[in-house]
Amino acid sequence: MGITKQPVDNGVNVEALLNARKALGDAPEAAKFKWRAKCEWKQGTYSRSTVEGFYGLGAEQRHKSHFVFDADHPEIFASEDRGATPVEIVLAGLASCLTAGIAAVAQNREIQLRRVTATLEGAMDIQGILGIDSDVRNGFDGIKVSYDIDADATPEEIRAIVAQSQKRSAVYDIITNPTNVTVEVNKA
Amino acid sequence: MSHCLTSRSIDHVVLERGEIANSWKTERWETLRLLTPNWQSRLPGYTYDGADPDGFRTMPETIAFIESYAVVCRAPVQTETPVTSVRSVEGGYHVMTPHGAWRCRTVVLASGACNIPCVPAVAAAVPPGVMTLTPMDYRHPDQVADGGVLVVGASATGTQLAEELHLSGRPVTLAVGEHIRAPRVYRGRDIKWWMDAAGVMDDRYDEQDDIVRARGLPSLQLAGSVDRRSVDLNRLTALGVRLVGRLAGIRDGWAQFSGSLRNQCELADLKMNRLLDRIDEWATQSGQDDDSDPPHRFAPTLVEHAPPLGLDLGSGEIRTIVWATGYRPDYSWLDVPVLDRKGRIKHDGGVAEASGLYVMGMPFLRRRKSTLIDGAADDARDLAAHLANYLSG
Repeated sequence: MGITKQPVDNGVNVEALLNARKALGDAPEAAKFKWRAKCEWKQGTYSRSTVEGFYGLGAEQRHKSHFVFDADHPEIFASEDRGATPVEIVLAGLASCLTAGIAAVAQNREIQLRRVTATLEGAMDIQGILGIDSDVRNGFDGIKVSYDIDADATPEEIRAIVAQSQKRSAVYDIITNPTNVTVEVNKA
Repeated sequence: MSHCLTSRSIDHVVLERGEIANSWKTERWETLRLLTPNWQSRLPGYTYDGADPDGFRTMPETIAFIESYAVVCRAPVQTETPVTSVRSVEGGYHVMTPHGAWRCRTVVLASGACNIPCVPAVAAAVPPGVMTLTPMDYRHPDQVADGGVLVVGASATGTQLAEELHLSGRPVTLAVGEHIRAPRVYRGRDIKWWMDAAGVMDDRYDEQDDIVRARGLPSLQLAGSVDRRSVDLNRLTALGVRLVGRLAGIRDGWAQFSGSLRNQCELADLKMNRLLDRIDEWATQSGQDDDSDPPHRFAPTLVEHAPPLGLDLGSGEIRTIVWATGYRPDYSWLDVPVLDRKGRIKHDGGVAEASGLYVMGMPFLRRRKSTLIDGAADDARDLAAHLANYLSG
């Protein structure tokens, strides 16, 4: 039975990424990006965030359209559940970041992906956010990510792709390492 | 390099800031042994002929080895002569020392990759009352206060110091970032024997997918010892050393550790297994299987369910921090514009971006073995050939 090897295509333009890596290594200023979001309170715990513009490659940039993220709390929190909770949006951000990384790393290693699904769970003791117990932190106790991946690769190769994706992930870094956060209030 | 220049009848002088084998005499801890077996320190015209080829040299033995090589190869060494500046002049270089200046057409920088300990910026936030030291200052455990020690960095130095300090009765917490796991012995032979025989050490710099990354890799988690033990994270955990993630920051007297420990260990296990795969493949191809123990894999690195993410440095639990966070070269005396924005010499396999300037002994300079004593021979031969060609050109 003759088998023709199909070119690997995960829809990632690795050549462009590698070119960018080379170009930005030589021009470190262009590598400095600023990511932005806006948020407007709607009512109760419901708010709407939008992203559109960002800064990078030495200039202001725009997404092709603006993207909207509605956030709220569920009804068992006496809210109206008009959107995901902010912590679920964090999980979604981590999942998307790791998954994009998996696609890029697999493409670079010439491994065809057929299906990639991630299931995420962040455990949280809400005694923290409710101020019941000051020894309990507000955020997650831990996050568990589990991947189901169907690809033309050995289990070890797949584990290596997932490990490399974590190593290069922005959101993974943001969650696993401390970040200084400055919150200011502008005058009315 | 001196040996290679002599054999080409190229007039030269070797300037040594202190005594021969200076860094081995003044910058190493007492129990350190070379990480490579005795047989592997093959210098041009000089190899090991003692009774223990598989042993690991102690520091006094290493010093004696280098001192006797200087005699054997009749290197024109001028000791106690620190170079205070090297600058380009018409037709070559001007080299300044306290004992006078030299004019030369070429300069070989063989001052090494490990002159200054890298201490992370967070060191500035260590609360008073916690003593800090670098491996360059460390000699023996008695120098360290009784009580807990935080060792930052888990490559060859960090793991060895963690083991020694913990066994001395000082409970060690080890902050683990990117590291490279390797067993001391695999299939009945030293890992360095396998890597040498399988050609891993001869991997060339101009055949790497990403040479910048290859040059930035940390040292293998290896130790030289009489019992040939592997000092990996599982051994340290079994001794009672507590593993935490990379030291990510110090805030209000609290050390903050990254939540990435599990992935760092996974990356290291996968990387080790790829090395063992390469060795097994080579063993089969080259007919070594019958003479070696069967292939096997080591237990994955054990990481506790929820490693601590913080530690109160003001509680008295940690009395000392050891920065086993690597070294960098000192080029403060090099007044030739050949450094990149990160302070590294721009070179192509040791040929610097300034005519007549060469560098040796840097990570993956020309080959994977370039930082080893055993790597000097091939690099020196190649660079001496280039240098001779330059002089006659």
